[in-house]
Amino acid sequence: MPFLVAGDPAVDSLPGALKGCERGGASVIEVGIPFSDPIADGPVIAAAMHRALQRGVTPAMVFEQIAGVRAEIRAAIVVMVSVSIVTRLGGGVRFVRQAAEAGVDGFIFPDAPLEESEQLLGAARDAGVAVSLLVSPTTRPERLVQIAQACTGFVYVLARAGLTGERSDAPSVGGVVGAVRRATQTPVVCGFGVSTADHVREVSRYADGVIVGSAIVRRLAELGSTGEPVEMACERLVREFASGLGGGV
Amino acid sequence: MSTISNDLQTPRPPLISEVPDERGRFGQFGGAYVPETLVSALEQLIDVYDRVRSDERFWDELRSLLTTYVGRPTPLYFAQRLTKHARKGADRTKGAEIWFKREDLAHTGAHKINNTIGQGLLTKKMGKRRIIAETGAGQHGVASATAAAFLGLECDVYMGSEDVRRQRLNVTRMKMLGANVIEVNSGSRTLKDATNEAMRDWMGSVEHTHYIIGSVVGPHPFPMIVRDFQSIIGRECKGQSIRQLGKLPEAIVACVGGGSNAAGIFYDFADDKGVRLIGVEAGGRSREPGQHAAPLSLGSPGILHGSLSYVLQDANGQTADVHSCSAGLDYPGVGPEHAYWKDNGRVEYTTATDDEALDAFLLTARTEGIIPALETSHAIAHALKLAATMPGESRIVVNLSGRGDKDVEEVGRLLAMRP
Repeated sequence: MPFLVAGDPAVDSLPGALKGCERGGASVIEVGIPFSDPIADGPVIAAAMHRALQRGVTPAMVFEQIAGVRAEIRAAIVVMVSVSIVTRLGGGVRFVRQAAEAGVDGFIFPDAPLEESEQLLGAARDAGVAVSLLVSPTTRPERLVQIAQACTGFVYVLARAGLTGERSDAPSVGGVVGAVRRATQTPVVCGFGVSTADHVREVSRYADGVIVGSAIVRRLAELGSTGEPVEMACERLVREFASGLGGGV
Repeated sequence: MSTISNDLQTPRPPLISEVPDERGRFGQFGGAYVPETLVSALEQLIDVYDRVRSDERFWDELRSLLTTYVGRPTPLYFAQRLTKHARKGADRTKGAEIWFKREDLAHTGAHKINNTIGQGLLTKKMGKRRIIAETGAGQHGVASATAAAFLGLECDVYMGSEDVRRQRLNVTRMKMLGANVIEVNSGSRTLKDATNEAMRDWMGSVEHTHYIIGSVVGPHPFPMIVRDFQSIIGRECKGQSIRQLGKLPEAIVACVGGGSNAAGIFYDFADDKGVRLIGVEAGGRSREPGQHAAPLSLGSPGILHGSLSYVLQDANGQTADVHSCSAGLDYPGVGPEHAYWKDNGRVEYTTATDDEALDAFLLTARTEGIIPALETSHAIAHALKLAATMPGESRIVVNLSGRGDKDVEEVGRLLAMRP
């Protein structure tokens, strides 16, 4: 599962990137809507978001771009967006409905913990889209069960405490993923600090899906000098990270 | 017997001071909008603070430190010559007395130490060995570095590079105190960005690190804890008013950035409806977007740094750029309790411009021999205007939240740029 920042590396790169990711084998694609103060994101994604904002990217533009390409893509599109943006743009009901109309299949609200998610979960249920809450290595066992059971679509297990970003060592996720599986039948995906094809292979021993974020965002940002189109680069990168996996990603 | 059962049947309406609720809500504001990784740390803090609240030994220890180490109580002082100045040109029956609650005389030169000593003790209770802090004007950074030195904790302070430039004296002080100052070069390079970086640090260090937030902002329970530790200001002020003025003051004025000195002096007066409470935000250069830092006066509800409050934001939900000559007020958000007080009308919020603050800074220095912080100068600027409209026998207390030694270089630079 690749993660893309809408509006980076170019203001209109998202549609091509989505197509490329699907051709590379992605069955779910995560799209981050840029926010000025992304506290859970490391330097690579935060910088990409700031570049996108400087290019004038807005949530409305992201929805428009997704709607424009939706018919050509079978992969599920999951939007990651700060609850700050959601509340400032009129609240969960309105935001979720707009996104669903554009063809978004699910949401991740990285800064809305279970206690603050009631309205968002209700809005998503009404709009027929999924919400993936986050489980962290620091989450207490009883709380983990509640979170896992509130998720629709998939449960997002943070492979590490801390920020998004590339790391040299593979995260160990077996314990947390096992605990989630005991709590729910909903598929489990892992992200945060998954940086190489080897990490993907290691994490996929436990999880149903693996999210690669910073490693892809950084390489797309570096494309400028090579002249390779974003669409082709996405296809290549997804294939590279998925190498060694049996099925889709 | 019948009166008692009547009392039971009609519970009195809650007092304005009876917030937040268990979920950290001040009316509709507050809450805890944080990544899941931080939830356990906030739960731990809520837990420890719950236990501490009823632990007389903790408060005895804190009280003793506030007396012997911080130098409390700080005096309530009649600013006679400043009052005389404010009366010039006013109607003869007008011209309220201006009094100062002298938080500038607290150790390290501002009210910030009230909070860092309290949270420093909580850090020890949680068994953590490192603290981190964000700082704008550097006063909270200095107060955190001081608490860390005094309690034997490691300390890293995040500070925007623009603030490092304009508050150099405090950067030097933090380093002398053994803290590590980390310059933040992202975004506007001011308080908002320093807070982002401190939160990011905490995401990865939460097991052994406590984040001492410096204002009444952030996710629950921070706005409550910081208010509680700062409410010593208002509690002292109330007693001093009764002893020195014979009654409560007619008005209390405080500057509002994140809002900790204002919450500290307002809180114990929240249910005394006869006392006007006035918060003064940074009016900057103008009321145009990007030229001020006045979310309560000119912003709208939104989430920033973990709680729902008023925020300065653009039409697409992005946090707006802000400006103030004062680094401590240069922040697009504000504590949720202020949002609650604004909406229920308990506190009036207004602004003072950069120029008005500079004038008040100089006037206070030259009439009173007190160099106030640029942040505080915003409150003084408004008090001067307010005094001229209030009857001569009334009293205004200004929370003199900090001293201005840190600002003298920057004020010199700003004065040189004046036409």
